[in-house]
Amino acid sequence: MSALVEQAQLVKTSWLTPSRAGIALLFVAAYGIVPFTASGYLLDAILTPFLALALAAVGLNVLTGYAGQVSLGSAAFMAVGAYAAYNFNLRIPELPLLFSLVLAGVVAAAVGLVFGLPSLRLRGFYLAVSTLAAQFFVQWALTKFAWFSNDNPSGVIDAPPLSIAGALLTGAPGRYVFCLTIVVVATFLTVRLLGSQSGRNFIAVRDHEVAAKVIGVPVLRTKLLAFGVSSFLVGIAGVLWAFAYLRTVEPDGFNLDRSFQILFIIIIGGLASIRGSFLGAAFIVVFPLLLSRVGEALLGNVFDSGVLEMSQRIVIGGLIIVFLIAEPKGLVALVDRLEEQVSRHAGRLKRRFI
Amino acid sequence: MFDYQFFIEVLVGGLLSGVMYSLVAIGFVLIYKTSGVLNFAQGAMLLFAALTFVSLVERGVPFAAALLLTLVVMVLLGIAIERTVLRPLVNQPPITLFMATLGLSYVIEGAAQLLWGTQVHGLDLGINDTPFTVAGVFISQFDLFAAAIAGAMVALFALFFRYTRTGLAFRAVADDQFAALAVGLRLPRVWAAVWTASGIVALVAGLLWGARLGVQFSLSLVVLKALPVLVLGGFDSVAGAIVGGLLIGAIEKIAEVYVGPFFGGGIEAWAAYVVALGFLLVRPSGLFGQKLIERV
Repeated sequence: MSALVEQAQLVKTSWLTPSRAGIALLFVAAYGIVPFTASGYLLDAILTPFLALALAAVGLNVLTGYAGQVSLGSAAFMAVGAYAAYNFNLRIPELPLLFSLVLAGVVAAAVGLVFGLPSLRLRGFYLAVSTLAAQFFVQWALTKFAWFSNDNPSGVIDAPPLSIAGALLTGAPGRYVFCLTIVVVATFLTVRLLGSQSGRNFIAVRDHEVAAKVIGVPVLRTKLLAFGVSSFLVGIAGVLWAFAYLRTVEPDGFNLDRSFQILFIIIIGGLASIRGSFLGAAFIVVFPLLLSRVGEALLGNVFDSGVLEMSQRIVIGGLIIVFLIAEPKGLVALVDRLEEQVSRHAGRLKRRFI
Repeated sequence: MFDYQFFIEVLVGGLLSGVMYSLVAIGFVLIYKTSGVLNFAQGAMLLFAALTFVSLVERGVPFAAALLLTLVVMVLLGIAIERTVLRPLVNQPPITLFMATLGLSYVIEGAAQLLWGTQVHGLDLGINDTPFTVAGVFISQFDLFAAAIAGAMVALFALFFRYTRTGLAFRAVADDQFAALAVGLRLPRVWAAVWTASGIVALVAGLLWGARLGVQFSLSLVVLKALPVLVLGGFDSVAGAIVGGLLIGAIEKIAEVYVGPFFGGGIEAWAAYVVALGFLLVRPSGLFGQKLIERV
């Protein structure tokens, strides 16, 4: 009891909690050190896709982790975002890039709302399957109607150069900082939303829909809000994926496998956790690279890329099962436990020496 | 003028290919009914079965022996899945189990192709595929054969459920897991049996689909065709899987032929989903699905 009071006083007196200090340190590193020291490969092939996927995972986590509505169509909303931003940029050249980015998010949110409508009637697997409709429809529409890709025969779009307030961001560090800033702002806003009444409504609907309705949570509005916010974030992630990471994308790049990948990120990272989304994204980006490096180092060139790809599939699938069995709460639970142990040890040391 | 003969031909073609969807969907229903798991790995199992069979035949194993061997492999696979995936995840929420089967599908697909290679195999079941005409309507002989097989399998399952102890156990578990446990049914054993049964369904469906499309990776994508069927028919109804399959098959073909041209074709990929969705808005648990009653 006294410990609780002590903790409460601590919170009141000092706003600099250890976790806030950690986040501040991360910021300093991400803005102050990484762009100047990291190699182009690290920035372009690891950090930029990591940031884009992390944002997509945050978006899906809002919907699936917090509001409890499973979606198998995230990649479709990424695609909507990417193609919308491309078209805003192409057809209204006066529009600053940031505006087209936000507008693309709005378009993705609108499409998300439409495909979220079934959630008002459907639950669980029926809903999950119905989100597949978004996946197939969007992919089909983007390949079929050449207008979306400015009459490119195979639906491929090329990203415009990135610029903010007239300043052109070129090179790997520029793209990285662009991504980083957008991801930070979007994540911050999401965290604020989740802490508000709406965020608590999400959780109420997830935990028990009927009970939530009974105590007066507006279930329909909450579900639609979750779909809208989630698709907005995923759409913006799609813009980053297309504009900052790949630079040239085709509709097929946003296929069902991509949707599953984002789902895997939030499972591995941890459902209903923002930190988990980032941890999971880091894992999904780094792990395959690591695996192929290790495979190469251990076995040389005995195996062709096909074998490597298949074994990667097996390992990733196996890992998901292992994760679900051993740590259903994801990487974030692991890290939490680790932190707890460290702080306990630190506390013991403190008592001994002070 | 509306061409009735052509319409009927499209309809019959659709219904017959719908039977193939039903075949895949039945595997799902078996598992969903008895364990509440939506088994996304059904498509991967289908690929695994077909690929194993074809590779055995290509290595000179006689047809019947290959069939038997593949059957044994599928039984072992079913038992292994129960041991390694389902048993540790017992009592987890359904969505966790679903994600586990997603992982499982990656493992099985990877393993199948690692084991037998990624090239496309032709599969000849020795069925003549020259179409014949009934009252001026072309009907594919192969489709008819597939429909007959599916019908026979459904009849066998119906008998099995009705007259065997294991079948009775299946029904008991599907009805009420706790009650089944209370009267002494061994759930792990029932689950292993169910996964084996759906493995057998996967083998039959895999052979028929494989003969149609060639045995290759895309075979595992037929799950995506089966999902709207399930949604339409209800996840927990074998009858629903059959009726849903027929409906989806027919609607898909008719939509492609009569509505598709307005959109520039290729709407087959999503037409089934949209139809299933529209239907769900009226009946949220499908045609024959059990209605959920929720309590606080």
